[in-house]
Amino acid sequence: MDEPIIRMAGVHKWFGAFHVLKNINLTVRRGERIVICGPSGSGKSTLIRCLNRLEEHQRGRIEIDGTELTGNLRRIDAVRSEVGMVFQHFNLFPHLTVLENCVLAQVRVRKRPRGEADAVARTYLERVRIMDQIDKYPGQLSGGQRQRVAIARSLCMTPKIMLFDEPTSALDPEMVKEVLDVMIGLADDGMTMLCVTHEMGFARSVADRVIFMDEGEIVEENEPDAFFAAPQSERTRLFLGQILRPTAPPL
Amino acid sequence: MSQSAKLGAIIRPPPTRSGPLGWVRANLFGSWADALLTLLILWGLAELIPPLVRWALINATFTAADSRLCRLADGACWAFIHEKYRLILFGTYPYDQQWRPLLAVVIITVLFALSCNRRIWARWLIPLWLGGGLLVALLMWGGVFGLDYVENRLWGGLPLTLILAVTGLVVAFPAAVLLALGRRSELPVVRVLCAGYIELIRGVPLVSLLFMAAVMLPLALPSGMTIDKLLRAQIAFILFAAAYLAEVVRGGLQAIPKGQHEAADALGLTYWQKMGAVILPQALAVAIPPIVNTFIAFFKDTSLVIIIGLFDLLSTAKSAIADPAWHGFYRESYLFVAILYWAFCFFMSRYSQWLEQSLKRDHRN
Ligand SMILES: Nc1ncnc2c1ncn2[C@@H]1O[C@H](COP(=O)(O)OP(=O)(O)OP(=O)(O)O)[C@@H](O)[C@H]1O
Ligand SMILES: [Mg+2]
Repeated sequence: MDEPIIRMAGVHKWFGAFHVLKNINLTVRRGERIVICGPSGSGKSTLIRCLNRLEEHQRGRIEIDGTELTGNLRRIDAVRSEVGMVFQHFNLFPHLTVLENCVLAQVRVRKRPRGEADAVARTYLERVRIMDQIDKYPGQLSGGQRQRVAIARSLCMTPKIMLFDEPTSALDPEMVKEVLDVMIGLADDGMTMLCVTHEMGFARSVADRVIFMDEGEIVEENEPDAFFAAPQSERTRLFLGQILRPTAPPL
Repeated sequence: MSQSAKLGAIIRPPPTRSGPLGWVRANLFGSWADALLTLLILWGLAELIPPLVRWALINATFTAADSRLCRLADGACWAFIHEKYRLILFGTYPYDQQWRPLLAVVIITVLFALSCNRRIWARWLIPLWLGGGLLVALLMWGGVFGLDYVENRLWGGLPLTLILAVTGLVVAFPAAVLLALGRRSELPVVRVLCAGYIELIRGVPLVSLLFMAAVMLPLALPSGMTIDKLLRAQIAFILFAAAYLAEVVRGGLQAIPKGQHEAADALGLTYWQKMGAVILPQALAVAIPPIVNTFIAFFKDTSLVIIIGLFDLLSTAKSAIADPAWHGFYRESYLFVAILYWAFCFFMSRYSQWLEQSLKRDHRN
């Protein structure tokens, strides 16, 4: 409980000359649930993508469960197999069935025998309530179903950390809840989670900490109650004002 | 599905004019332009078909001991094909041994047919072709199991064309995949080498590549060492086909969204696992039509080996009409090989359409 599972210290990243992440310091304890929010382009996706090295940071230090992320490819693959990621656009493998999507990495990366991998996949697909669709292809599912399969696919690797990058923002409103319910269930089970999301209801009820980013910096972080009730910085107040009243009535 | 069925019960689609007459009116005489085009084409067919039928069937000579009968009639001389088909099909392969190349052709055709079954791909495709290839080599060369040894200088006709094309494609295809991956590699040296190779080969016509293989390759070798002419042509073909196929495969790779790479990476798959299980299956499926297109073009391009003196199907057809006794029946000879070429190409084309459809049906979006 005491040893942090994620440690980011003085992390900087540039895209060319553009400074995307500026001196990021963040530690996450085991089992902690963190929601990251902030305006578009503030570097939220880049931040969590650095944690499984889909993006490379250029300065500072990132440690995942005691392993430092460097250019070492084997270490990167090892870290990636411990860190699950759920994408905004699901990124399921369209040429594989739902079951095969969930089995592939278990067999190739975890080296589980096919039978065992199958059983694990079924367990998690059951959990996200997709069992009756396991032989379909992703193209035959709805958005909400696809995202639930994507979550199950990550969980099959029994990761220590789950990263979510706006998992509900590509979904039709009526499907948001089914995905959030799965995420809440995960949180209840004690999974370490980092979620980039603008679902403030989810943040309020699940998060241990809310992090607000703007222009590549962590501007503010606090427990959800304090964060929403008494934002410290002007930028946070402005952002919350927009996000909590997103649909101003048209004139 | 069920939704549209439900709707259909309430609102029926407008009635369509059915029956053959309705079809003709809708499809052939839908507008003035259509009608004009239809009439034009009908007239063209009426002009073309009867003389063709007269030549190919009515006035044709089907059996004749020599060419005199043929020369009296003014139709096709199929007796010529009857006389020469073994020369055209098998070239100068020893006459009494020609069951061997025939069997080789049958084996290759059967291998093609078996490969159509997608279920055997994962396990059997490679052993099947390796075994088949070995058998074909054994039959063609012989020298063991009581088969007379036949130099490949004597090979010719259809088996030569098939062997050149099939070996070329089978070797070039994996090479092409590696080249395509290399061209998109993150390692600059690999990238530059692959791109350089592809651009070099694509900038040179196949004919000159064949000449180079025939004339320049021996110069590059240490004196005393020689490479067989057939092998040289085969190497030139592989080099050529690999470069073209690589570009086609690269097109397929480019069509795969970045998210697929990221999802595979995020699961901890290594580069080769990602490519083998996630990216290539999708990229190659996308690239089926242009790949088959390249296959077909390449199959026909094997006829260019005539310029370095190999006896492929087209060369044997040509040598059949060189016989003074049967001089001049070039129409029949070329028509015969055209039909053979067409049969193989048509098969490939239909197969690719079927494959494309069946892959699409599987994971329709
Ligand atoms: N591969 C890239 N190359 C160059 N610039 C990039 C790249 N990826 C992101 N950026 C830029 O970096 C900035 C941060 O991007 P990021 O995707 O992290 O933002 P975000 O906070 O996730 O925004 P959003 O809410 O729109 O997803 C943006 O200005 C973006 O244009
Ligand atoms: Mg983002």
